[in-house]
Amino acid sequence: MPRESATASKTVLSSFDQALKDLVKALRETFISPFGFVYIIIILLGLILTILRFTKGLAGVTNLSDYNAWGIWIGFDLLTGVALAAGGFVTSAAVYIFGYKKYHFAVRPAILTGFLGYALVIVALNYDVGRPWRMPYPFILQQGTTSVLFEVGACVVLYFLVLFMEFCPAALEWLGLKKLRKQLIKLTLVLTIFGVILSTLHQSSLGSLFLIAPSKLHPLWYSSYLPIFFFVSSVFAGFSIVIFESALSHRFFGDKMDEALQKGREDLALGFGKAASLVLAGYFAVKIFGISVDNHWHLLGTPYGIWFLVELLGFVALPCFLYAVGVRDRNLTIIKWAAICTVIGVMLNRLNISLIAFNWHLPSADRYFPHWMEIAISVFIVTLGIVAFRIIASMMPILHDHPDYND
Amino acid sequence: MSISRRKFLGWLGVAGISTVLDKRVYAASNKHFSGYPDSGGVLYDNVLCIGCRDCENGCNQVNELPQPDKPFDDLSILDNKRRTSPKAYTVVNRYDGIKDAKGPVYRKIQCNHCLEPACASSCFVKAYTKTETGAVTYDSSVCVGCRYCMIACPFEIPTYEYDKALTPRIMKCTMCYPRLLKGKLPGCVQLCPTEALTFGKRTQLIKTARERIRKYPDRYIDHIYGEHEMGGTSWLYLSGVPFRDLGMREDLGITPAPELTKGALGSVPIIVGLWPAVLTGMYALSKRKEKIAREEKEEAVATALAKASAEAEEKLSKVLTEAEVKNQTAIEGAVKKALGKVADNQTKEGT
Repeated sequence: MPRESATASKTVLSSFDQALKDLVKALRETFISPFGFVYIIIILLGLILTILRFTKGLAGVTNLSDYNAWGIWIGFDLLTGVALAAGGFVTSAAVYIFGYKKYHFAVRPAILTGFLGYALVIVALNYDVGRPWRMPYPFILQQGTTSVLFEVGACVVLYFLVLFMEFCPAALEWLGLKKLRKQLIKLTLVLTIFGVILSTLHQSSLGSLFLIAPSKLHPLWYSSYLPIFFFVSSVFAGFSIVIFESALSHRFFGDKMDEALQKGREDLALGFGKAASLVLAGYFAVKIFGISVDNHWHLLGTPYGIWFLVELLGFVALPCFLYAVGVRDRNLTIIKWAAICTVIGVMLNRLNISLIAFNWHLPSADRYFPHWMEIAISVFIVTLGIVAFRIIASMMPILHDHPDYND
Repeated sequence: MSISRRKFLGWLGVAGISTVLDKRVYAASNKHFSGYPDSGGVLYDNVLCIGCRDCENGCNQVNELPQPDKPFDDLSILDNKRRTSPKAYTVVNRYDGIKDAKGPVYRKIQCNHCLEPACASSCFVKAYTKTETGAVTYDSSVCVGCRYCMIACPFEIPTYEYDKALTPRIMKCTMCYPRLLKGKLPGCVQLCPTEALTFGKRTQLIKTARERIRKYPDRYIDHIYGEHEMGGTSWLYLSGVPFRDLGMREDLGITPAPELTKGALGSVPIIVGLWPAVLTGMYALSKRKEKIAREEKEEAVATALAKASAEAEEKLSKVLTEAEVKNQTAIEGAVKKALGKVADNQTKEGT
């Protein structure tokens, strides 16, 4: 018996040893690469700006004002970040709940992207809020349950935990901790259902955040349907980001992809492309209903109306059509461009609602435009995500199956 | 069981009382919240305002705000439009050249102390309180600094100390809540030399305002701003010119802010309650589909196998029969041949 446990701990140790070697190799591959230099520069700049942010306050690095309390850290990092991190929940729901097992290979990359996406949202919020160390206060001290933001916060934190647990099996395989992994795998369905509930709640309530400000958001974007718009658009954002990401990983991690992944890529683009086209069509319909119930047709002729049409026709109707054509012709290139168009459209929508069509009534002198340091910090945070993805994907079984596990 | 006359009358009585009680309960319920009873407020009458900025000065003193660059009696400040800031809870702006106005018209800006405040409704850590005095107060000791209140406020009142690195606070008028508790007037009201500002019970202020409009219909616009805007505010305004000419929004509606998010928040329990059932149902359906597919496949395989073996058997028996027939023929042929040979031999021997 003692001898057995000794051998067991020896195997664990040796797998830890291997894991460490993988980590060193992944770090080397990431930083000693054509992009490595760029990563290092951006990260150094980001660290300097971080010091500036926490010594000079928000005024030192942002263009935020009393009229414009939220800038791109909310509009881009939080709103767009969460929408684009929806790939995790749509993929795991498709595979584990709806039974599309042939897309199983796409679950891990999608979960990892979602997990890192939410992690970065939380990082970004630490820059944005005035006293980040108080972020637990609403949950432990005084619960402001009448606030939509309370719901957003609670769901984001809980969903982040769910994503962490969904991500864990890959990490445990890398570390060689078989027993713990087995326990976690058993929770897959429950975690997936939790994930869908929490995503439904906070994806929609990010839209509900703006329900309280009908006098500030342009009437074409303000609607009592905002929560529904946000949830539905997160679904096609999720499908599109998974398609886009699978195209990207094919390009950059082709060597780390196994055969199933290469073969499945086409299947995935066709299946998710079809789904995205359908959901985009549904979204287009409810957006039209939104204009109709409020009878805002006459606003479409104004400059804001034209901008609204650019978003609705150029970044909803067009990708919907492109997806449909791409799927019919089995043309992966068209599907890829449809995905890119959709992702840009979701980003545009979130920026419109939080920044561009928000405070539209103010004179231009009082309007917001981000400071370059705000943009730089956002770029820094996104870069952290890309670097983390590269490192994790090169050392853990994300884009390929681990040979020791075949369930 | 028999019903006595007395019992019957008793029941009738109970039924009667309960209908009455029912109505009373309904009438007393706060379905429509119109503010704490006897809560205070301030009436600002811009017809009486001379734009002297004494109110700004009073506010600055009692709230111990930093001294401004230019003194309060420097009225050149009024040449520019200002808004509330972390250094000024209240500001007065001057509007020149308004149609039908005899001279400049002033507008004092500060927190309106809504009856159902958007800031309080939007705060996820309950830093805001609508107190029974009417004042909306803010507690910086719990504030996280998310600034959602600034997004939510329809009057664009809360301001933020963006330049503080570690201890930024929201800064806004508190209606001098600490002074109210001591029975004192708000700082601005205290110093106002013309009674353009009147502190009192909100219900009384509305009566006062109506009275002024009734007495001097040619001096006032027939509207008390704040009586119903955003569900009503504790600060009320009378004006001699249309409110929109003073940059005051007339399109805010009368819906209190909490109503705007009520529906969305109300859907949370529905999603939490029903989604698990729907999703598990979906899962069960996809499992069932899989099971049926598997069974159909198995059945198809079994049928195919059965068919194949039947065919094989048939073929075999056919072949066997054929072979037998062939054999038989061969034997018969051989026998015939042999018999023929024997007969031939016999004939040969016979000759």
